[in-house]
Amino acid sequence: MEIDRRKFLQITGLTFLALAAKPAFDLLPRPVAANASSASQAEAKRWAMAIDIEACKEGCTDCITACHRIHNVPDIGNRKEEIKWVWKDSFANSFPEQENRLVESTFQGRSVLLLCNHCDNPPCVRVCPTQATWKRDDGIVMMDYHRCIGCRYCMAACPYGSRSFNWKDPRPYINEVDDSYPTRTRGVVEKCDFCEERLARGDIPACVEACKYGALIFGEMKPEMEVYKVISSNFTLRRKAELGTQPQIYYIL
Amino acid sequence: MIEYIFKGGKRYWLTIGALALLLMAGAVAYLMQWNTGLAITGMSRDVSWGLYIANFTFFVGVAASAVMLVLPYYLHNEKAFRKIIILGEFLAVAACMVAVTFVLVDLGQPARVFNMFLYPTPNSILFWDMVVLSVYLLLNIIIGWVTLDAENKGVTPPGWTKPLIIISIPWAISIHTVTAFIYGGLAARPFWLTALLAPRFLASAFASGPALLILLALVMRRWGGFDTGEESLDKVAKIVTYGMITTLFFLLLEVFTIFYSQEPEAMKHFTYLLFGLDGYYGLVPWMWLSIILMCVSIVALLNSRWRRNPAVLSAVCIAVLISIWIDKGLGLIIPGFIPSQSGYIFEYVPTFPEIMIVVGVWSLGGLVLALLYKVVLGVRKS
Repeated sequence: MEIDRRKFLQITGLTFLALAAKPAFDLLPRPVAANASSASQAEAKRWAMAIDIEACKEGCTDCITACHRIHNVPDIGNRKEEIKWVWKDSFANSFPEQENRLVESTFQGRSVLLLCNHCDNPPCVRVCPTQATWKRDDGIVMMDYHRCIGCRYCMAACPYGSRSFNWKDPRPYINEVDDSYPTRTRGVVEKCDFCEERLARGDIPACVEACKYGALIFGEMKPEMEVYKVISSNFTLRRKAELGTQPQIYYIL
Repeated sequence: MIEYIFKGGKRYWLTIGALALLLMAGAVAYLMQWNTGLAITGMSRDVSWGLYIANFTFFVGVAASAVMLVLPYYLHNEKAFRKIIILGEFLAVAACMVAVTFVLVDLGQPARVFNMFLYPTPNSILFWDMVVLSVYLLLNIIIGWVTLDAENKGVTPPGWTKPLIIISIPWAISIHTVTAFIYGGLAARPFWLTALLAPRFLASAFASGPALLILLALVMRRWGGFDTGEESLDKVAKIVTYGMITTLFFLLLEVFTIFYSQEPEAMKHFTYLLFGLDGYYGLVPWMWLSIILMCVSIVALLNSRWRRNPAVLSAVCIAVLISIWIDKGLGLIIPGFIPSQSGYIFEYVPTFPEIMIVVGVWSLGGLVLALLYKVVLGVRKS
């Protein structure tokens, strides 16, 4: 076959185009056998947490301290650049859609523990342009601090304000660095990861372990697990459930 | 053709020098941000996007507005735009570069920006915005440069530019639509969660882009000795008129839906923007300035005697630019974050280095534009 310069350039061009398209093509959803997906769904692990609002002791911050200590969460000291993984806020701020004076007066002054909801349908994962945040098969919404480009699209998409950005180098603001967990660099987003590093060792999350009042119940969503029993036998609320994010933190009233 | 940028008069070199100085000032401010992080800006945990993303949105609009010349000229053979069309195409090039640069300076880890290519993510609208903006930038560089080059050589432009020009028309609509989808697809932000966002963006783009083009054409006529023709300016001014009327109409539609339905979550953001909320009024004077300028410019533009007076027209175009820059910049981005998801109000005030970086990016666009327009002048004069 005669190949002239024009033809050569055309073939080279098409080859590069195909190479460039390959990663995008890999991302297209692949068809999965129907029975395989339903079978794995029954067996799939799904972590969830129940928070008993009334058992949670007012003024106690043991869980927050434990979490922030082992995850090297800095104490920046101002609201503008604050970084937090777990925190407390008033009932009205946590459940703004519950505009019912009776409910609010019952829970008046009660603070509610807030953290990443590890949504089943996480909007932050949907918007991330680099897959630096993604959902694991067991439901944990993860963060890759090395891939994050710091565009903060996930912060705009999260309905719960669960994500914090490192506006500057956080390391000088960490009281005591725990070497068993990485510190972060400036310019990346971070949040609660359900203590995935502790779960991998067979431990429960640090906040659950730290709670002296049994207000936090954590486990797999299986009928024999306690978390499943308390959620199915109590009236629970989930934050902004109407948005369809399927949050996996259940608040027991 | 590129050689024209190297020979110019005193006024040309003064312009280039001034823009280069401003660009340097911006670069120094950016160096601060590079070393310290985005903490040097006024952005916060609650208001996590600010002046950079506001400007990004505005300049995507300016870039898209070139279609308002390309469409009548190439599809309907509108002769009046024959001389001004190249100014519109090159304005799109500069505006596109400015828009992309604003995203870059907003990144916390700019060195990792190529992760967007390394891990292409079709479910992220930001990924698609990057794709459509890059292609649009390329389209306008190629179309503008090749047609000007043909004019320089005194030949008709090659035939393969025709399909590119046709593609560039819907593509211009797509860049601003996709940009609107970045905000309009977030259930977490009721302020942006409206299908009207893309039409609103396009309407205000078709006012602000052509207004900037008129100003540039008037500058070129006064100091560059290049006249695009009285008729072309009047036609572009009419486009600005109806762009402004549609923008105001769409804004009123939003206001009606929000305040009549009384849906509390959405209403809080608009209340903060227009009337202030819980004693916080940060954006109120800005937004009302924008609305007043909208009304004033519409009245002035509808009067054909005023519209045809260059002095009045320039003043009106400046008013249009200020009005739209507020409406789809600060007035669009900031209220999306105020009040926060937990109902808090943490106001946003840009810092001095942040403003200097914005000025730097503007001058980068100005520099690109000055060089490209110099080439146009060179070709037209020879």
